[in-house]
Amino acid sequence: MQLHKLDKNRISNNKLPHWEYLAFIAAVFVTFIFCVSIGTVKLPWTDVIHYLMDHVFGTVHEYEVASAPQIMTVRVPRVICVALSGMSLALCGCSMQGLLKNPLAEGSTLGVSSGAALGAIVAIAFNINVPFLTLAGPTVMAMLFAFGSIMLILFLAYRLDYSLSTNTIVLLGVIYSMFISSIIMFITTFASEKIRSITFWTMGSLQGSTYTEALMLLAVLLICSAVILSKAEELNAFAIGEDNARSIGIDVRKTRLTILVAVSALIGTCVSIGGSIGFVGLVVPHMTRMIVGPNHKRLLPATLFSGAVFLMIMDLIARVILRPRELPIGAVTSLIGAVLFVFIFAGTRRNTR
Amino acid sequence: MSLLEMKNVTVSYDGYCVLKDASLKLESGDWLMVVGPNGAGKSTLISAAGGNAPYTGEILIGDKERTAMKAREIARRVGTLTQNHSVGYSFSVRELVGLGRYPYRKGIIGGKDEDDARMVEQAIQDVGLGEFADRSLLTLSGGELQRAFIAQLFAQDPNVLMLDEPTNNLDLIFQKEVFDLLKKWVAQKDRAILSVVHDLGLARSYGNKALLLDRGTLVAYGDMDSVFSDDMINGVYKLDMRQWMSKLYSHWVN
Repeated sequence: MQLHKLDKNRISNNKLPHWEYLAFIAAVFVTFIFCVSIGTVKLPWTDVIHYLMDHVFGTVHEYEVASAPQIMTVRVPRVICVALSGMSLALCGCSMQGLLKNPLAEGSTLGVSSGAALGAIVAIAFNINVPFLTLAGPTVMAMLFAFGSIMLILFLAYRLDYSLSTNTIVLLGVIYSMFISSIIMFITTFASEKIRSITFWTMGSLQGSTYTEALMLLAVLLICSAVILSKAEELNAFAIGEDNARSIGIDVRKTRLTILVAVSALIGTCVSIGGSIGFVGLVVPHMTRMIVGPNHKRLLPATLFSGAVFLMIMDLIARVILRPRELPIGAVTSLIGAVLFVFIFAGTRRNTR
Repeated sequence: MSLLEMKNVTVSYDGYCVLKDASLKLESGDWLMVVGPNGAGKSTLISAAGGNAPYTGEILIGDKERTAMKAREIARRVGTLTQNHSVGYSFSVRELVGLGRYPYRKGIIGGKDEDDARMVEQAIQDVGLGEFADRSLLTLSGGELQRAFIAQLFAQDPNVLMLDEPTNNLDLIFQKEVFDLLKKWVAQKDRAILSVVHDLGLARSYGNKALLLDRGTLVAYGDMDSVFSDDMINGVYKLDMRQWMSKLYSHWVN
């Protein structure tokens, strides 16, 4: 006889209640103000709010710290990019965990992030560019490689183990990631003059992000999250089982392809802007599931907000912990994410045994 | 018009034929029991009919070929219960059963109407899980979980149920409950069941037709009594079934 712990909070209804939405939005806003105000130079939070008001509503305010506007022209776009990346990566992880019925699925565990990073690196090393769009070369290559990586891993997984078990997928992801990093090392050897920018892609950093990048990320996120959120019910069925999804009339092939295309576009864009940032898509959905339950109609929107909060805090830690030196954000998320993940994993195992 | 018809359905995996030339027809009110020893191709037959295995031949649902139908259209006519449920996330019983209404959703967002909610509650009541509606699937016993999946099928309200071992892992009382439930379900208009059942006693008591398979080949198909004749059953199971069953139940008679 198995004993299960019954957790009332994890039983969910269909929609996120309004107050939960408000709470999530408030959390994102407060974290945003906090993260912008803290850094090498500490700014009062009132200055941050004044700056935002000046730019959004066109008002004019006096600043307590005279250099505040100059500092914030750098910090604000960065923190916006961080928040958007957090949203995207968490949403991707969440939808892959549902789609593959696999709580360990995520961009970095499936090797999708490293695949995308390889795409961006190939574009830089061999000067591949899309005509008229200077930024687009690495982005498009990262998207293509992300999608190619997902397809390759799923193809291999289906060949080896039709049930797509957790172990098979994670093992393949690990092998694939090692394979990719060896290719990246080859390229690094041959394109040594570009070694600095290549290291950036593999470590992940959102230092020096611009409004242009934020806009591009926002556009892709709007489209892809609309697609993914419209598939919330299908994701519920996949999370229960692919056979069950088919039995209730879901076009399994088409739905899976749609979601995977959206996921790879998002991961590709994120990686091309911030490099490969691991563990966000693994840890955030797990923690959010503990709060709102596994129903994707509630989980997906909640994950967007908590992803933003999580990555903004991670970025803050990366900026300030060894001040004035800055850590790559990917190193911080992997470090904190891995530790948190052990606890979460232990918790879920206790629950399901 | 029959509710479901299979014509010369053949299934092979990697060149190895696991089901050969199976044909059958389900009319309203039919409960067709698929029987045979392990490895006979019973589950394969259900998988092929449910679209979970690649097949050659024809499968007609109503008057349409399965391959020419949309997934939702099929789901409104046929519901499939597969073996082995492993549930990974803590969805509630109501969420699982609610998914049964998926083929009736309209529009991209797919709002739920009151009919849907009512059918879901009814289905949960029908399988006797009323007080478990808000419980997590992870906290249910094997029997309760199976009943939750059956409730989803009831909410889906198809014409044909295809059940692979519907009472696998269920104790005797649940077996009786589930079979009585299904008997009531199939007695309604335009409904039929195709099920794989290991227990020949259960199969014979509840079904009106039977299909006997042996190593992928259809040995007998027709009315219960003609398929369950001594020659057929004994030949396939390599056992004097009448003697064995009499011995098995001798203590219970008198």
